[in-house]
Amino acid sequence: MTRSASTFTIRGLRFLRGSRAVLDSIDLQLQSGSVTAVLGPNGAGKSTLLSCVASLLTPAQGDIELDGVSLRTIPATQRARRIAFLAQTPEIAWDVDVETLVSLGRIPFHGVTSDAEDRAAIARAMERTQVTQWATRTVTTLSGGERARVLLARVLAGESDWILVDEPFTGLDPSHQFEAAELLRSVAEQGGGVVLTIHDLTLAARIADRVVILNQGRIVADGAPRAALTPEVLRDVYDIEAQWLSDPNGTTPPTIAIHGRKRVG
Amino acid sequence: MTKRPWVIPSLLILAGILTVLSIAIGRVTLTWGVWSAQDAVSRAILVELRLPRAILGVLVGASLGLAGAAMQGYLRNALAEPGTLGISAMSALGAVLSIFFNIAGLHPWILPICGVIGGMSGMMVLFVLSGRTASVLTLVLSGMILSALAIAGISLALSLSPSPWAAGEIVRWMLGGLTDRGFDELSNAAPLILIGCVAVLGCRRSLDALTLGETGARSLGIDLNRTQWQLALGIGLIVGGSTAVTGMIGFVGLIVPHLMRPLVGSRPGALLIPSAIAGAALVLAGDIVVRLLPGGSELELAVVMSLVGAPFFFVLLHSMRRKLT
Repeated sequence: MTRSASTFTIRGLRFLRGSRAVLDSIDLQLQSGSVTAVLGPNGAGKSTLLSCVASLLTPAQGDIELDGVSLRTIPATQRARRIAFLAQTPEIAWDVDVETLVSLGRIPFHGVTSDAEDRAAIARAMERTQVTQWATRTVTTLSGGERARVLLARVLAGESDWILVDEPFTGLDPSHQFEAAELLRSVAEQGGGVVLTIHDLTLAARIADRVVILNQGRIVADGAPRAALTPEVLRDVYDIEAQWLSDPNGTTPPTIAIHGRKRVG
Repeated sequence: MTKRPWVIPSLLILAGILTVLSIAIGRVTLTWGVWSAQDAVSRAILVELRLPRAILGVLVGASLGLAGAAMQGYLRNALAEPGTLGISAMSALGAVLSIFFNIAGLHPWILPICGVIGGMSGMMVLFVLSGRTASVLTLVLSGMILSALAIAGISLALSLSPSPWAAGEIVRWMLGGLTDRGFDELSNAAPLILIGCVAVLGCRRSLDALTLGETGARSLGIDLNRTQWQLALGIGLIVGGSTAVTGMIGFVGLIVPHLMRPLVGSRPGALLIPSAIAGAALVLAGDIVVRLLPGGSELELAVVMSLVGAPFFFVLLHSMRRKLT
């Protein structure tokens, strides 16, 4: 399914926790049809930014617009139909079965779409994440990786224009990380907007069309992975010495090699 | 998703059988012939005693089962229930205060409404004390505080009661039951309870979304403030309305959702209707047991429910001990 183009415009965003500015002077324009990775050290404000974009947190200053309309003025249910959000450590309060959990992603559409449409969307999401075979298993019987895939299926079931995911690859083995990354890329290729936070620099470079690097609540670099993840930026932001490695034959994707902590002096 | 479509019809048949038994069984056993009989005594037993008692049993049981399932879903806690968390006691306090201050007699609606105000206040205090993301321990302790406060208020009202009639009426709230309730009491409580049930059922989608926690529910477009108020109103109406007529009947909302989860799954929205039907069946069964027990006078229903419910609560708490430590 191909979606129409959509744009998030973030202007002068400032978020305070107590008197401390967790986010400050954030100006961003996010386009659908691409994957944007938000990077930065712990406490840089990545999750806060994602939560503000998902309207789960109210900024102290600034505004976020979706296709020219302020998020504050969009009713919560309509917003939820367009923006799906997956938290870093999502809670699952009851030991429901996998199909039930995935079906929760259709809650914003309750009464708007037919049961048949809902069932079809749930089936598509389960197929895409390859969790159909666990439909009747309860969530407590799943491993961490399996649970992450099911939660991703829940997010996909909404078939929303935007998918915001906070560290979606945590707990996944390399194979499933790759699989989940491919899945998010396919959402973007079909016209959806994907914004994710991530710590793995190489994976971010491979999956993202655009990388936004935060440090102490401010954007310090923004652009294509090669342009944003420069050794200088990585040194300033993470205190690490790192460089891009490219295969001379061009057969393997570029990798960011971390040599160690920043040399003093 | 209900995987067993036979559950609700089976529960309905069970509740139907128990309703018939509730009408038939007692010190005088009624037969089918009573519907067409001209015998004044039998007809009086049927119309004045058994029918209102059975209907009240269905109404109170169903609404308490529903309230328990909704509270567990909202607080995401399997130990939540109006009785164990002090909501019933707060409703009883509201009703008792209306007797104590001698305003209950002014209009038949005053006592149930005071019960509703007590129940709603209890819900709000509980939400403030425990928060929406309360641990089992915080929730149980909050309920204990609320219960202790309400019972202390009732005891105080009992000690200072202005007349023996008031003291006698107050004792009735402490021992809940369906005995000797007529259509007058039923018509006072039914509208409140039914409106409460509609309000609670209206939260079904929000309760489902809360499976994903508060953040998950909000990301799905759920207005949690509205849900909180709607549930406080709904549960306040249910518990207040039923307590005003039957006194405090505890543990129905605790036991029933647990019995239903293996049958219909753990999705809170899917548990509501089966819990309501099973709640009606449980209260009817308890009320039949009350009448079948040997002895000169009937045991109050609340005593039977507590005798069954308290060990059930203990077993549940024991099975959840790992979460508590």
